[in-house]
Amino acid sequence: MSQLLSDKTRAILLGPLNKKNPILVQVLGVCSTLAVTTKLEASIMMGVCVTIVVAFANLFLSLLRNLIPDKIRIIVQMVIAAALVTLVSELLKAYAFDVNKQLSVFISLILTNCILMGRLEAFALGNGPVASFLDGIGNGLGYAVVLFIVGFIRELLGSGTLLGFEIIPQSFYNIGYMDNGFMILPPMALIVVAVLIWIQRSRNKDLQEG
Amino acid sequence: MNRDSNKYTILFASVMVILVAVVLSIVHVSLKGIQQKNADVDKMSQILRSININTKGTESERKFKELIPDMYMIDLDGNIIPDSQQDAFNADLKVEMDKPRNERRYPVYVASLDGKILYILALRGSGLWGAMWGYIAVHEDGNTVYGADFDHESETPGLGAEVAHDWFSDEFVGKELYKGGVFKSIAIVKPGKSVSDRDYVDGISGGTITSHGIDNMLYNTLEGYSKFLENLKKN
Repeated sequence: MSQLLSDKTRAILLGPLNKKNPILVQVLGVCSTLAVTTKLEASIMMGVCVTIVVAFANLFLSLLRNLIPDKIRIIVQMVIAAALVTLVSELLKAYAFDVNKQLSVFISLILTNCILMGRLEAFALGNGPVASFLDGIGNGLGYAVVLFIVGFIRELLGSGTLLGFEIIPQSFYNIGYMDNGFMILPPMALIVVAVLIWIQRSRNKDLQEG
Repeated sequence: MNRDSNKYTILFASVMVILVAVVLSIVHVSLKGIQQKNADVDKMSQILRSININTKGTESERKFKELIPDMYMIDLDGNIIPDSQQDAFNADLKVEMDKPRNERRYPVYVASLDGKILYILALRGSGLWGAMWGYIAVHEDGNTVYGADFDHESETPGLGAEVAHDWFSDEFVGKELYKGGVFKSIAIVKPGKSVSDRDYVDGISGGTITSHGIDNMLYNTLEGYSKFLENLKKN
């Protein structure tokens, strides 16, 4: 593994999955984490879409980084990101109509995801295209992993299903088990994310402040 | 050229915006055909769901042609407008509801299923976050509901969005729109509550505003169909 990827590349690609996780450590992109994670399928699709958008936005911005006038760099970032988000939404409408229907507004809202602008400003503007692309993939996956975990917990406990399939057997319901409707509400997503942050910080002492 | 000069900045911005606009336009125009087709097929499968036929993709198109041989627009007095088949499929109730009351036209899809004739009516209203729409199929008596299906733009998943699920729309089966010959619609009530003057179904716990939206949608849209339904009853 160490031959395949240099240490620096590994840090760029895998760092966001753990100690530099965009949601758990940098606390970015929380709004969509709360919104789309009631169902696992939507969480996975959202993770994939964000990964694609962040990776390519990083790539394009990095290619242009020496041409962009400093005064309007934020505007340029917005235009690139908005164009990619529109592109993804157009493609979904044409080739994955049902998924697009489910995610509807949240696809356009990828644009307002702080991870996207954060990575463009903090990384792509100062690094080469390959590193930027990997950084985008890494951060996208870091986001997707958290969405997957939260979506998994919320759908399982909130609806008793995973990806729409019944998981909790009927016999459980017969003896009085009930789905926790609270899991479906946004506050519970916040609490689940908070618990994940807690677990991660207690495992990595160096992330603890003060 | 100096990267910080105004000239360069304006030039860069212009070129970038034009390039992006061209790319997006090309993509949009080239995908438009597929997107429109997806939307049409989706509409067909939703209309079919109101008569409890679940289909996907190309099957929807075939079944739709087979089971729904006729469709037309009607006016507020329940008269059928001649040669309105194409308009009926493309009808947008949102546009119709914005018109002055006596200029509104409503689409009717006539299904023939197992020897029964069913009339599918379109619904349109708003929920908590955005638009809601649906279809409701009534028997030949113009009163009893055969089936219904609802969809929404952006209701909360797990709460308001439950209106799109079968458990909710199945509640409407067998309910009546008229009581004592007067148009009453169907009420949506809080689970456990009831109303006495009309048929009702349970709303969604935690989705109160969406449930109200469905209630209003049923009343406001079906009221426009009431003359048509009364004509059916007479025949």
